[in-house]
Amino acid sequence: MSGLTVEDISHDWGARRALDGLSFSVEPGRFCALLGPNGAGKSTLFGVLTRLFAPRAGRIVIAGHDMNREPSAALARMGVVFQASTLDLDLSVKRNLLYFAALHGLSGREAETRAMAALDRLGMAERAGEKAAKLNGGHRRRMEIARALVHRPKVLLLDEPTVGLDAASRAAITQHVHDLAAEGLTVLWSTHLVDEVRAQDRLVILHRGRVLADGEAGDIGGDDLNQRFLALTGDQA
Amino acid sequence: MTVEAFPVAGSETVGFLKPHPFIALRAIVHRETLRFLSQRGRLIASLVRPLVWLFVFAAGFRAALGLSITPPYQTYITYEIYIVPGLVGMILLFSGMQSSLSLVYDREMGSMRLLLTAPLPRWWLLGCRLLAGSLIAVLQAYAFLAIAALYGIRFPWLGYLLAAPAMAAATMMLGALGLLLSSFIRQLENFAGVMNFVIFPMFFLSSALYPLWKMAEASPRLRDLCALNPFTHAVELIRFALYAKGNATALAVTLAAFVVFGLVAVWGYDPARGMTARKA
Repeated sequence: MSGLTVEDISHDWGARRALDGLSFSVEPGRFCALLGPNGAGKSTLFGVLTRLFAPRAGRIVIAGHDMNREPSAALARMGVVFQASTLDLDLSVKRNLLYFAALHGLSGREAETRAMAALDRLGMAERAGEKAAKLNGGHRRRMEIARALVHRPKVLLLDEPTVGLDAASRAAITQHVHDLAAEGLTVLWSTHLVDEVRAQDRLVILHRGRVLADGEAGDIGGDDLNQRFLALTGDQA
Repeated sequence: MTVEAFPVAGSETVGFLKPHPFIALRAIVHRETLRFLSQRGRLIASLVRPLVWLFVFAAGFRAALGLSITPPYQTYITYEIYIVPGLVGMILLFSGMQSSLSLVYDREMGSMRLLLTAPLPRWWLLGCRLLAGSLIAVLQAYAFLAIAALYGIRFPWLGYLLAAPAMAAATMMLGALGLLLSSFIRQLENFAGVMNFVIFPMFFLSSALYPLWKMAEASPRLRDLCALNPFTHAVELIRFALYAKGNATALAVTLAAFVVFGLVAVWGYDPARGMTARKA
């Protein structure tokens, strides 16, 4: 059973084809980078993967559950960090996590324990009582990752999670999520920044709604992934 | 329209002997209540509008508008007494629209995504949001009724009690309309424009400010339009309930409008067929 399977997904925005027969799968416990320039279809794919809208064609399977036939079971096994912040800034860090836990059916002491464990995992436990509005960008992102782990998902999706962060925060968050994958979580990490991809990562290069390359990053990129990426997507260096 | 089932009880994330849908409902109501309480200006703003109408507009119109005896009234009444149920309707109307405005805001800000990706049927999640907004609207309406009582406009105790389900039905219907509008509106700027085309015609083309027979004197066509307006029936439902009386037609129209608006709203938010499928 794969962690995440995307099978022949197509989607149109009016006359424009945003995803064109997209297929790839990610094994359990693997960090997969979804690399693509702006407009490649990454956000559309995330919308489809999280069932914000259904694709015109194709199938998505999350940890063995078909999104069309068992949407609740598939969503229950998925953690998501969206590109735009989805925090309630007026609430405390812990209250944000408890709200999310309740949306996943967790309450009482169990929800508290899981929320604190998730915060602890991301080094955020001591900030549990602080208002989300007081956190800096890096800590907000960590908090969103912690929140996405509260219900112990099998698959973690992150849509350009380092946008707007400084270099140190980017490096720390990239490392945290690689560690999570090493612990057995299936990760799909969308980005347009080549330096976030490591040689041993699984890599899917997306351009104009199609998969241009799919394999181990080191094999695809060779000595210079950046040059390879630019060559594949036809952009100027 | 895709009909979703609730998650199977006993799955890894559901357990703990508590039904998942109700845990989510409680959390959504709690969140909306906390948001409302943290925005102190919102309660004040929601009360100032009807109070200005009551203290200024109604006082001025008292002399100009003579009201005959029509049910549920059993004697001649002053204009202030007539207008109070309409102003309760106004609070519910504005609150319902504000709730849907916050949905558009949530969608622009991204927090709507968090709600819609919860592993529960979308109709349930939208229903929870609607219920939370309705609860807050009814509390605002009771705060207004308390001030009106201090001003001297009082209703029977049973009326205050029976007004609760009437206001709940009215606010759910108006909230469902707001939900419907929010599913078709993508940006806050557009929302403001639509509000002008919805709130004001709905309020003024109703029995909130003047009885329908009075409107018929001015124009029978306008009266017919008012009679078709579901908000008229919501106001009449509240008016009769406040006097501990029932109004079957008003209840039927309000509930029917709630069902129609609710179904279209759920369609609008359906991942495969609604507006969310047309634009990211």
